Amino acid sequence: MTRRLETFSYLPPMTAEQVRAQVANVVDRGLVPWVEYATDPAAGDHLWNLWRLPMTDLPSLEHVLAEVDACAEANPRANIRLVGYDPTRQNQAVAFVVRAAAASR
Amino acid sequence: MSDAMFDAGVKEYREHYWDDSYVPSDTDILAAFRVTPQPEVAREEAAAAVAAESSTGTWTTVWTDALTDLGRYRARAYRIASVPGSTEQFIAYIAYPLDLFEEGSVVNLMSSIVGNVFGFKAVRALRLEDLRLPVAYLKTFQGPPHGIRVERDKLNKHGRPLLGCTIKPKLGLSPRNYGRAVYECLRGGLDFTKDDENINSQPFMRWRDRYEFVMEAVRKAEADTGERKGHYLNVTAGSFEDQMERAEFAKELGAPIIMVDYLTAGFTAHTSLSKWCRRNGMLLHCHRAMHAVIDRQKEHGIHWRVLAKWLRMAGGDHVHNGTVVGKLEGDRAATMAVNDLLREDFVPEDPSRGVYFDQSWASLPPVFPVASGGIHVWHMPDLVAIFGDDAVLQFGGGTLGHPWGNAAGATANRVALEACVQARNEGRDIVAEGPEILKSAAKSSPELRAAMETWKDIRFEFDEVDRLDVSDVPVGAGAAGKGGSA
Repeated sequence: MTRRLETFSYLPPMTAEQVRAQVANVVDRGLVPWVEYATDPAAGDHLWNLWRLPMTDLPSLEHVLAEVDACAEANPRANIRLVGYDPTRQNQAVAFVVRAAAASR
Repeated sequence: MSDAMFDAGVKEYREHYWDDSYVPSDTDILAAFRVTPQPEVAREEAAAAVAAESSTGTWTTVWTDALTDLGRYRARAYRIASVPGSTEQFIAYIAYPLDLFEEGSVVNLMSSIVGNVFGFKAVRALRLEDLRLPVAYLKTFQGPPHGIRVERDKLNKHGRPLLGCTIKPKLGLSPRNYGRAVYECLRGGLDFTKDDENINSQPFMRWRDRYEFVMEAVRKAEADTGERKGHYLNVTAGSFEDQMERAEFAKELGAPIIMVDYLTAGFTAHTSLSKWCRRNGMLLHCHRAMHAVIDRQKEHGIHWRVLAKWLRMAGGDHVHNGTVVGKLEGDRAATMAVNDLLREDFVPEDPSRGVYFDQSWASLPPVFPVASGGIHVWHMPDLVAIFGDDAVLQFGGGTLGHPWGNAAGATANRVALEACVQARNEGRDIVAEGPEILKSAAKSSPELRAAMETWKDIRFEFDEVDRLDVSDVPVGAGAAGKGGSA
């Protein structure tokens, strides 16, 4: 039975261009992005590892993509999830896996 | 007359209950009634009669009136608005002082405002269109046990609507077959499955057996997929004690969510359950069986937006609302306004949407609207565009009717949903481009392809019975109530 990783995990893996469009949506909406990673995670786990800290200073699209890349480089076998957090609603408005480890697809 | 001990007899209601100079206070409960008076009754008198009969008045003067400060306790009809296109109906605005109502009791509010007055002979028909609940009163209510944000965090599901499915046939399956149907849906990609409103504890499937098989299915689907899943176990029962026994057993089995038919169970049973859910970390799904009896006719009854407001006060984490596009009644603008009343912290007066008053919710948690009834994959682009992320989309026949079975039906819906969300986030117009988005997603999903083929020509296009006339409420009506909801 296939393990799934929540939002967008029923679609084919995203191309670099598709990832870029989703991250741009997070940045354009003024959400606070952060990166999480986990090796062999379950989608339902609340506590993936936090990569550095949430980017609370309205980062650029390029900056967020660079953080994703840096996290991937440091954790080559991990699944990497991008969160877009809405501080006024105190809720994650967006959370999806930007890079799935090969084993979990 | 000489031996009368007090001024006995029948008075005109307007003498005490009509006051067009009254400025509602921030703590008043304001009501907008659609009144159809008897032909010989003047509008002011009919409006005053509604105010009287729903507050301190009775048909004749009584000596004990003089022992009461009626000026403090009586409701006042303070404004009348015409209904365009009707010479008989009008909208009466009535202000009720807060002290008329028990704190934290929707039941008491109902017994007053929609009590005897609805059978009153001076009006031929009466409909409660809207209520402004003041912040002072709302602060005496718990509201939803968790609310949208806490539910999302508990389930770890973000950035998309949630997906559900009611298990069918709604009556007759054995517990074990029922559990199988649940498992197939959940492993295929749904977040929730649901008991139907009339699944309680019948001879073919007793509640305890159903709960055990269903929870085994939920646990296995969670283990298979790694995602959090739930099934709305219907705890509605013939007595309060039975209802709570079922809720306790659901908790014992580790169920994350239960459900109740909040209107047929009644607000007392419902409110107790809602408070139990807050205390026990249990999500609460609310079905609105019986609502159409109360809210469907334009002239008489209670508008759905009021029943929805009462649900948010008494508390529920999900409640069924219209789909706009499916098989069930629901004018689009009015349905969207109710979505706002369930989800937002402040909803402004807007006559074109049937919202008669500004409504501030004073941080009562938001409720997930549930769209359910006659919807299938082809509706997905519209549903995502209409409802946004904070909704539960429930495809019953649209999951179970898939030619390859429940799991494939669930996968088809999940793929369609995610494709629409992805396209929306990319800035595409998912309504205009809906068919292309679905066709493109179907290239990598045979399940979606088969679903699209199965339901390609299904439409439910009937006229609405309760159509909202846009000019229903004159602009500015009820403006006097604005101060209290800032």
